[in-house]
Amino acid sequence: MKKILTGNYAVAEAVKMARTEFIAAYPITPQTTIVERLAEMVEKGELDAEFIRVESEHSALAAAYGASAGGLRTFTATSSHGLLYMYEMCWWVANSRLPIVMALVTRTIGPPWNIHTDHTDLLTLRDSGWILAMSENAQEAFDLTLIGFKVAEQIDLPFAVGLDGFQVSHTAEVVDIPKQDEVDRFLPERKRDKPFVMEPGNPIAVGGLTTNECAMEIRMSMMEDMEKVGDLVRNSGYVRDYDLVERYRLNDAEYVVIMMGAWCGDAKDAIDILRDEGIQIGMLRLRFIRPFPAEEIAKLNCKKILVVERDSSIGKGGIIATEVKSVANSSVQSVMAGLGGVDVGVEDFVAMFKRFVEGELRGWWL
Amino acid sequence: MVVVKIKDLPKEKYLLPGNTACQGCPHALGLKALGMALGDRIVLIVPAGCTTIIAGSRDKSAFKFPCLHVPFASAPAVATGLGSAFKRLGKDGIPVVWMGDGGSDIGFATLSGACVRKDDMIVVVSDNEAYMNTGIQTSGTTFWKARTTTSPTGKREEKKDLALIMLMHKADYVATASVGYLQDFIAKLKRASEIEGFRFIHLHSPCPPGWGFDSGETVEIARMAVKCGAWILWEFDGRFKISPQSKPYRDRDKRLPLADYLRRQRRFRHLTNDDIVEIEKRIDEQWKVILALENIFS
Repeated sequence: MKKILTGNYAVAEAVKMARTEFIAAYPITPQTTIVERLAEMVEKGELDAEFIRVESEHSALAAAYGASAGGLRTFTATSSHGLLYMYEMCWWVANSRLPIVMALVTRTIGPPWNIHTDHTDLLTLRDSGWILAMSENAQEAFDLTLIGFKVAEQIDLPFAVGLDGFQVSHTAEVVDIPKQDEVDRFLPERKRDKPFVMEPGNPIAVGGLTTNECAMEIRMSMMEDMEKVGDLVRNSGYVRDYDLVERYRLNDAEYVVIMMGAWCGDAKDAIDILRDEGIQIGMLRLRFIRPFPAEEIAKLNCKKILVVERDSSIGKGGIIATEVKSVANSSVQSVMAGLGGVDVGVEDFVAMFKRFVEGELRGWWL
Repeated sequence: MVVVKIKDLPKEKYLLPGNTACQGCPHALGLKALGMALGDRIVLIVPAGCTTIIAGSRDKSAFKFPCLHVPFASAPAVATGLGSAFKRLGKDGIPVVWMGDGGSDIGFATLSGACVRKDDMIVVVSDNEAYMNTGIQTSGTTFWKARTTTSPTGKREEKKDLALIMLMHKADYVATASVGYLQDFIAKLKRASEIEGFRFIHLHSPCPPGWGFDSGETVEIARMAVKCGAWILWEFDGRFKISPQSKPYRDRDKRLPLADYLRRQRRFRHLTNDDIVEIEKRIDEQWKVILALENIFS
């Protein structure tokens, strides 16, 4: 069935169809309408879940941690400063291997205060052990939320679904919604004792002191399992096929652009314009940043690669470009653009890509 | 009022012998009593603190109940989630948050949030009046003038009264207790377990290395705190009652001289007689508040 939904409402719809049992969240623009919609669903009885109005994001993920450790299917959502406030819990959840799903509506980190999109917040989770997906539109935000629960519960790693603040979160689009029985077949009830369950009468201890070797083993086993996520995504059995990347006009591309998020739509339009002018250019869109699609990037057989990203690592440059350079077999140029929600439209991409094809382009696009 | 007879208490040990608590550790006394009171219904939630150490290191555990270790400021929120899981999955468990005064400082918003929502849990703050696990630093409940490693000449600020703060949060059950009177603590835990919602017990836990007294004197020092009126035992379960162990000390003249309590501790050895008179005044003020509350919530 097709519905017109904003990205945030699409996420809420997916959380409902996943039969999520526990939600704890603290409102922050532009994530707010996800939690408002979920609260409404719970109050109206459309979703049989506990909804906890916590006092902070730190407590949102702490409550989610407790519920997930007790065996419930659990969801939270946040943005930017909310993510930074819950950051400690993000790592605790990851190392505890709890399959929590979180929607991360990307927003610039202040100061100055700014509610518009920028991907630096999402990328602060890069090293934590969360599976990190980034959607391009409301449909993907919906699909990746459901795939998120499936994959997280298969591999016991938490899953964050990124969606751009306002550009996806507040933009209404047509979303193709599967039937509830299709979702139920795809996503059965959570196996409650996996990876462990805290319950009375079962005297286990979780998270306490251990040997240094054991602490290291935990990170090693997370790494091993993260490497399996690509196959789990490709073979998830979802109603639509998904991969870690999207390949757009890539087959004969001499020039490849690597990007992620909502603005890829405009960038694809720019690629179409350049193609009409005879320039062999295409896009490898990152749908996942963890696991990092290294093989897909290494396989690119092209003259050169341009990474365009809405994030920055001060003292190094573009975070994604740094990672792409570590695996690519072609020369890589890097541009940081659209930070703080600065608008980058089709004309900008046309100009940017032409300069990339013609010669030198690096640094900041402003 | 629940009456606890020692002979009726379970013989089962929930805090196992050979654990890594310091000699004379008040938390060890409290945890032992907790096991006696609530047994197999306990799922313990422990933020960073001395109890992290007492719980033991892989692959040994000092507890015979489940224990979830959590970040410092998160414990009551974790209990909220875990309590929801018990309820939904029909499990007869009580999430018990066991934290120190450090956890209640750094996690105060969490404590407040869980209490305001009346989430189902028992929170015990085992208060040794400083951050002992990191080596005796000043906390929000450190006694005025007490020496710590971050207040080497004595703390300048008044302590906060955590139990009264939680009472004003409209918690479903609030009590103070002491490791000097474990039967009273067990009775309060049992009473708390009969009530649904957010239940809070502030346990007074004198710490031998932190306060500077002999490790054989923990119980004696804890009892002296009650007998001199510096620590008042009370309970609120809809009605506010001063507990029997503290009742005689409503009368100022029956209290043990305050100096006897203070002079036994290294952290107070620098106090002047004027300081002690000032502390006595503050204790009198505290009693006025407690007596008024007993009157209001009678």
